[in-house]
Amino acid sequence: MKDRSIHILNFVGLGFFEPAIRLASGEEVKKNLIVLFKKVLLPILSVGLFLIVWHSGATYLYTIEKDARIEKALNDRGEAAALEMKTCVESGDISCQPNTLPSPSQVWGAYKSLLMDHRVIAQKKAAFAEKVAATNAQREAQGLVAIKYTGRPSFVDQILTSLKTVFAGFLLAFFIAVPIGIMLGLSPTLRSSVNWLIQIFKPVSPVVWLLLVFMIVKTLTKNSDSDSSFIISFISVGLCSMWATLVNTSMGVSSVDKDYINVAKVLQLNVGQKVFKIILPSSFPLIFTGLRITLSVAWMVLIAIELLAQSPGLGSFVWEEFQNGANDSNSKIIVAMFVIGIIGFLLDRIMLTIQKFVTFTEETA
Amino acid sequence: MAYIELRNVSKSFGVGKDRTQVLSNINLEIEEGEFVAIVGFTGSGKTTLINLISGLMMPDEGEVLFKGELVTGPSHERGVIFQNYSLLPWLNVRNNVGMAVKEAFKKMIRKERNKRVEEYVEMVNLLPAINKLPKELSGGMRQRVSVTRALSMSPDVILMDEPLSALDALTRGNLQQEILKIWNKDKKTALLITNDVDEGILMADRIIPLKPGPKATLGPEYEINLERPRDKTALNHNEEYKKLRNSIIEYLIQIGEQRASKKENNYTLPDIKPVIKPTPFGRLNFG
Ligand SMILES: Nc1ncnc2c1ncn2[C@@H]1O[C@H](COP(=O)(O)OP(=O)(O)OP(=O)(O)O)[C@@H](O)[C@H]1O
Ligand SMILES: [Mg+2]
Repeated sequence: MKDRSIHILNFVGLGFFEPAIRLASGEEVKKNLIVLFKKVLLPILSVGLFLIVWHSGATYLYTIEKDARIEKALNDRGEAAALEMKTCVESGDISCQPNTLPSPSQVWGAYKSLLMDHRVIAQKKAAFAEKVAATNAQREAQGLVAIKYTGRPSFVDQILTSLKTVFAGFLLAFFIAVPIGIMLGLSPTLRSSVNWLIQIFKPVSPVVWLLLVFMIVKTLTKNSDSDSSFIISFISVGLCSMWATLVNTSMGVSSVDKDYINVAKVLQLNVGQKVFKIILPSSFPLIFTGLRITLSVAWMVLIAIELLAQSPGLGSFVWEEFQNGANDSNSKIIVAMFVIGIIGFLLDRIMLTIQKFVTFTEETA
Repeated sequence: MAYIELRNVSKSFGVGKDRTQVLSNINLEIEEGEFVAIVGFTGSGKTTLINLISGLMMPDEGEVLFKGELVTGPSHERGVIFQNYSLLPWLNVRNNVGMAVKEAFKKMIRKERNKRVEEYVEMVNLLPAINKLPKELSGGMRQRVSVTRALSMSPDVILMDEPLSALDALTRGNLQQEILKIWNKDKKTALLITNDVDEGILMADRIIPLKPGPKATLGPEYEINLERPRDKTALNHNEEYKKLRNSIIEYLIQIGEQRASKKENNYTLPDIKPVIKPTPFGRLNFG
């Protein structure tokens, strides 16, 4: 049981729990304590150090901003106003808080308020759904479109939208890059003939892709009322991120070990079998590395693209908060930053786990 | 007409100035049911010779005939045991062998196929490891899988490229017997590449040395008329065996020395010692 759970943990990339489990079962106490210290305590310490640096930095910036405010009040409206401003700031009243890098505790507060906000909105939604259930059933029977909730999306809704977009973009990249990569890998002629195009398109920035996709999709969806901002952003994400997979796939396919090709020849496999039974399996590790890069690039450019395309999601959440300039906007932006980072990390872990499942590892000898 | 026939076969690699002729003017005839061993130095072109017969490579000059027909590519009739096992690392033993059986016996139903796979894996005593991946096997086990894969296709000819070179003496002896048993049972034709003269004498009807390359050709052949089944320990006291072994080894030493002296003639080094000065960046410049 114990070994099994350790195995599973290692497999999904949570191997740092291993010493804790071994310790709990009283195994080689001293050695495991050291490992635990290295693998768990040191990371926690570094996070703590980071929080301290952040906190003192934020306090420092806060003081600068605060002094500037009081000084401004003094210069503009005299001593009484300055004093008033000082008491106001120190009382912690929201109306006169200095606007700067938020401290960790402020960010934590913003996180909680975002969650609260989500609960409220979820409740509203549920209530709305209940209210229109009967009407919607009727409309459906008449062949009309159901009435949808059109209120403000919560933070969690934004996250889900972003995930949906990145997933759609990733799938698009997958279905474009893998087949084309295989074809390029199989045919040196094809590879050299499109090599220039690939080299030129690969470094193009996400912003340009977005504009390009915008030009095309805008024209194509002229006569339909579908949600073009989602289409634009997921296609842009796919186009930006697919290059790693394309290049890796074609490289993997074109560099299959000569020994395996000889096996295919001696077994007299036909072309299809050769591709599916020899070439693809042997290039799986490289293809998957490409897909992992693609997914992380997709997640990274998604935020920028949503921000520009005004399509709902974390990117536009950040942009709106930035423009909004409310008191806790800065804190909310930092919350979004952490959420983006953590989700990116989790996505990579998921890909890594899938990769371990479906690909062979080269012999370690 | 011989079962396998090589006529004036030559093979070169490289282009332009770097082009070297590896095999030159090879003539070889192997009769049906015969077991021929080829011994040679490393790098002399033994694998190239196997590749030419299997159809993985085409000769530059001359022709390779199998059952009187020109070899134009690989075929199931000629099974190959590769020098470096060439097992597919993403398939376990069962599927590595199973893939070969499936290709060789397209009409066989699944159950029969599985039975055949297990039967052949059993023969090399690998049943306990049948569900393991190649990376979980020892070198010797991999070599046995590779042997099994080739034999399971029931080829008319088995081409073996140093199939036992990675094994220790004991395992090697066992597998030699296994291969002989299979060869004897189905009366296959076999070509064995080896660097071990004893192995050649133990297993083959004929031993032919391949001279060192470049431009390697086949040397004089040695008939082995020892009675089968041959027993390794008994052979050690057999006068005929001793004589044969000595003359083959003498011949090999002799052509080995020829090669060494030929090299010396080609590059006579001046009798001076280089003066190596320490240079910056730790790089030595002999220019
Ligand atoms: N595909 C190839 N391209 C270029 N040169 C090759 C190729 N295959 C073999 N050679 C060259 O031909 C020569 C003979 O190679 P080969 O593999 O046939 O030797 P070998 O006798 O099997 O050696 P070993 O005992 O080490 O297996 C070597 O010098 C090698 O560099
Ligand atoms: Mg070789």
